Amino acid sequence: MPEPFDPARSWRLHPQVAVRPEPFGALLYHFGTRKLSFLKNRTMLAVLDALGKHADARSACRAAGVADDQEEPYLRALGMLAASNMLVPR
Amino acid sequence: MTAGTVQVPSLIEQFERGLDAPICLTWELTYACNLACVHCLSSSGRRDPGELTTRQCMDIIDELERMQVFYVNIGGGEPTVRPDFWELVDYATAHHVGVKFSTNGVRITPEIAARLAASDYVDVQISLDGANAEVNDAVRGPGSFAMAIRALENLSAADFRDAKISVVMTRHNVDQLDEFAAMAARYGATLRITRLRPSGRGADVWDELHPTAEQQVQLYDWLVDHGERVLTGDSFFHLSALGAPGALAGLNMCGAGRVVCLIDPVGDVYACPFAIHTRFRAGNVLSDGGFDNIWKNAPLFLELREPQSAGACASCGHFDGCRGGCMAAKFFTGLPLAGPDPECVQGYGVTALARDRNTPRPTGDHSRSRAIPLRLITTPPARPCNESPV
Repeated sequence: MPEPFDPARSWRLHPQVAVRPEPFGALLYHFGTRKLSFLKNRTMLAVLDALGKHADARSACRAAGVADDQEEPYLRALGMLAASNMLVPR
Repeated sequence: MTAGTVQVPSLIEQFERGLDAPICLTWELTYACNLACVHCLSSSGRRDPGELTTRQCMDIIDELERMQVFYVNIGGGEPTVRPDFWELVDYATAHHVGVKFSTNGVRITPEIAARLAASDYVDVQISLDGANAEVNDAVRGPGSFAMAIRALENLSAADFRDAKISVVMTRHNVDQLDEFAAMAARYGATLRITRLRPSGRGADVWDELHPTAEQQVQLYDWLVDHGERVLTGDSFFHLSALGAPGALAGLNMCGAGRVVCLIDPVGDVYACPFAIHTRFRAGNVLSDGGFDNIWKNAPLFLELREPQSAGACASCGHFDGCRGGCMAAKFFTGLPLAGPDPECVQGYGVTALARDRNTPRPTGDHSRSRAIPLRLITTPPARPCNESPV
């Protein structure tokens, strides 16, 4: 079962997930679950890139240029990715 | 499919402008087939002498890896009859290109099933067009039901998880949807249903086999009730006008040349698997600079990524739902591409079909019986397999 998403924890992409940047954002594909997901903008892609380098999801948002008062939709999107096992705790 | 953050324009609008690489790439590896299904999209039967070699296939896989095409849907013909089929599957998965392949089950022995069960990167789709031999074999040929069931049993016994049972919906199997779902549950498989297209030999039987208007409604209702557990290849978007927007799961748009395409056994690239005709041929991977170049620059694909005219559908209130339906279905029934789908749920397709129309002649046919109507054998073949296409 996927872990409940806690933005204070450190997360990373599941090792079986591949990311393909696209003009609109990116495509994510999980080779294990064979599920496809879409990132609807490039900032979200930057957040994912930053995840692996930061101690928690909130600081990854900051590193990607997402301000405190704008982080809510990004954290929600990360939560959806964690729920589909695209993200796993580090 | 899940979504990321809020932003306009919608994903569908983004997708209609095309992507850097296809999301869903179908690759027919051979036109050879041990069966001769009456509705075969690719008019398969005989192997094409120009079929791509093992090396040429591997070069394509290398290119797909560079383009980050996550997986290919391999079909045919019957792809497993290629002697290098398993070698190509292994090569693809070793190069981070996942494989889903469609088969009639002919080569899914217990040994092969065990081998497939050991890989995370291979998905198997068994084609079956009836929930019993009577309905199935009328379309797919004598013995084909038993062959598919044996394959499913072998996969299940080898503990292969989540095989797909792939069903083309016809007038004769819409009533069997619950039976198909039960069959999938029995084998630990997932049901996948797709639309019958008037493509390939399908053009010859579409009139008699495509679901009636009442059955389209029945199918739609069943999908809305069971949609979460059933795959559709997003092929029923022409039905989305039957209900509220979004009621039908999946991406409701024509992805031809925008998010999907087809590579055929000789390396020809077509806008979609249902459009094997020179009108929708974008190029050839061997003679036109490789697949990446065709995907990004072929004039046909660039044209398909431009805003399309809704034509006669422009004034219809349901256009946002069905977006005019399936390009291939219109083309092969001789209807204008800017206009209603032949199975338009508002009934405009029926009206359009009643008018004068010219159905296009097929431009590629590998059917066995038609291409070789008569053949005199003066000496017996050296080995039985010399006379078999597989």
